Amino acid sequence: MAEITKANGIGDWFDQRLATKKLAKVMMTEYWIPKDINFLWAMGVVLVVLFKILIISGIFLLMYYKPDVNLAFDSVNYTIMQEVEYGWLWRHMHGVAASLIFLVIYIHMFTGIYYGSYKKGREMIWLTGMALFGMFSAEAFSGYMLPWGQMSYWAAQVITNLFGGIPVIGDALVIWIRGDFTVADPTLTRFFMLHVLLLPLVIILLIAVHFYSLRIPHVNNQEGENIDFDVESEKYLAGNKKESKVVPFWPVFLSKDFFVVGIALTLFFYLTFYHFNFAMDPINFEPANAMKTPAHIYPEWYFLWSYEVLRGFFFPVGPIAAMDIGLAAFGFANVIFMIFPFLDRDPIVKPAHQRPRFKIWFWILLVDMIVLTVYGKLPPIGVNTWIGFVAAMTFILLFVALPFITKKDAGGAK
Amino acid sequence: MAVKQSRRDFLGMAFGGFAAVGGAISLVAMKQTWDPLPSVQAAGFTTVDLSNMEDGQLSTITWRGKPIFILKKTADMKKNVNRDVVVGNADYSVMIGLCTHLGCIPTWAPSTLQFKCACHGGEFDENGVNTFGPPPRPMDIPPFKIDGTKLVLGETGPEYEKLVAKA
Repeated sequence: MAEITKANGIGDWFDQRLATKKLAKVMMTEYWIPKDINFLWAMGVVLVVLFKILIISGIFLLMYYKPDVNLAFDSVNYTIMQEVEYGWLWRHMHGVAASLIFLVIYIHMFTGIYYGSYKKGREMIWLTGMALFGMFSAEAFSGYMLPWGQMSYWAAQVITNLFGGIPVIGDALVIWIRGDFTVADPTLTRFFMLHVLLLPLVIILLIAVHFYSLRIPHVNNQEGENIDFDVESEKYLAGNKKESKVVPFWPVFLSKDFFVVGIALTLFFYLTFYHFNFAMDPINFEPANAMKTPAHIYPEWYFLWSYEVLRGFFFPVGPIAAMDIGLAAFGFANVIFMIFPFLDRDPIVKPAHQRPRFKIWFWILLVDMIVLTVYGKLPPIGVNTWIGFVAAMTFILLFVALPFITKKDAGGAK
Repeated sequence: MAVKQSRRDFLGMAFGGFAAVGGAISLVAMKQTWDPLPSVQAAGFTTVDLSNMEDGQLSTITWRGKPIFILKKTADMKKNVNRDVVVGNADYSVMIGLCTHLGCIPTWAPSTLQFKCACHGGEFDENGVNTFGPPPRPMDIPPFKIDGTKLVLGETGPEYEKLVAKA
């Protein structure tokens, strides 16, 4: 046991028992971040802030929400929105943050893709990040169900039905997930449990692993330079701050992050107070009705690209039904980003603008995902179905081509 | 020494095995907790009287929480021996009114004699057979029994068995 002496202050008292000074060094003042980065490196901290907003606003919503098909709609639209003081604020903050967090997740993801921050030791960062994306998607879906409006109901109906596409066990699995033949009370209560307990728990654990997985390979930089962090941190600690290529996480890196967080929060509160409607679909202000499908149903904007891949394949090919092709393409779209580090055959970490073919690939992918997102919202009629098909096909072909393109880029570099 | 080691291995494996069995059994409990409750599974039977229906009329009723389309066919509608339910001397199209793609409820368009699904553009004819878009198969026929002019949904009668055999 450590030698405990009379403490000379509160800080020392804790330090003797919890090694707080050592902890602060490891976590903050001697956790090194490269200097050669830009504002895109602040997205991680922005995500942490948005996640905190979701938890805090969620706690207050949880005080009045009632997970019961007969009570849910009114508990949200009457009790929380009209009776509870500032209930509207928590709800709009929760909805807007949920929408905005996906925008920042996508920026975070595409930053990683652009700068090659998923390879050469950084695979675990990518994998845990994609696992987080999956969990946030489940969290968004389960949360969307809770107000029990028409969109809640029909989104739940369509998404749970997707599991029916799994061979042999599909139909039984759908009933098992719902706990009823259709989306009903048991479905609502179990997704409520997932939304407020199990999924947030898993997300918090994954965030911890995601952060930890950064420690060994360190944060990437704009040029993909392989920095010797031991040497550079020595320089910094010796007072040679100008020459050193690194800065400590706290206070230097975070002070710049706070600036970006400030801008993000300005946007967030602007949306919360003046444009919250974009996160509040008018159709969802009609109570759930199992006997009437709304004329147009579509997911929230952040799922539109994969939704468009699902419905892009609207005609059968030979003996394979259109639905099965769509489902297979949808499955492909949802796992393909996960194995991104293993599809990139170029071992060197470089930003996309230094990789001639990958650069083109990257921008086509970004544009294609925007096209998929736009057409995912439009009704599937006339020329829209064909644009959707071409965009969905492009998405798949891009990933099929990725290993060859990156291999070629790697060969050209020699 | 070797003896002691194997004894330790045995204890380790026995402990691990016991824990694994316990874990597996608790998974069974967890799986069954998610199963539909007995009250849900013991779904009721729904009886519909067809004698009041007019030619060309579509009526939508609920069975096990799902919409059921019953269409009394007119003479100019296509016959489909594999799907028509004959009650009295009239033909009826009877189907679970959920698009076989992802379960939205298609809307009946009497002018074109089609069921159209708004979600992903699927189309079905008056017999519930898919004609366009992503639906992989015709709309499902619920189990039924014919009782005079009444249709009992949830029970399996000889007419239903015949249709299933043809499908």
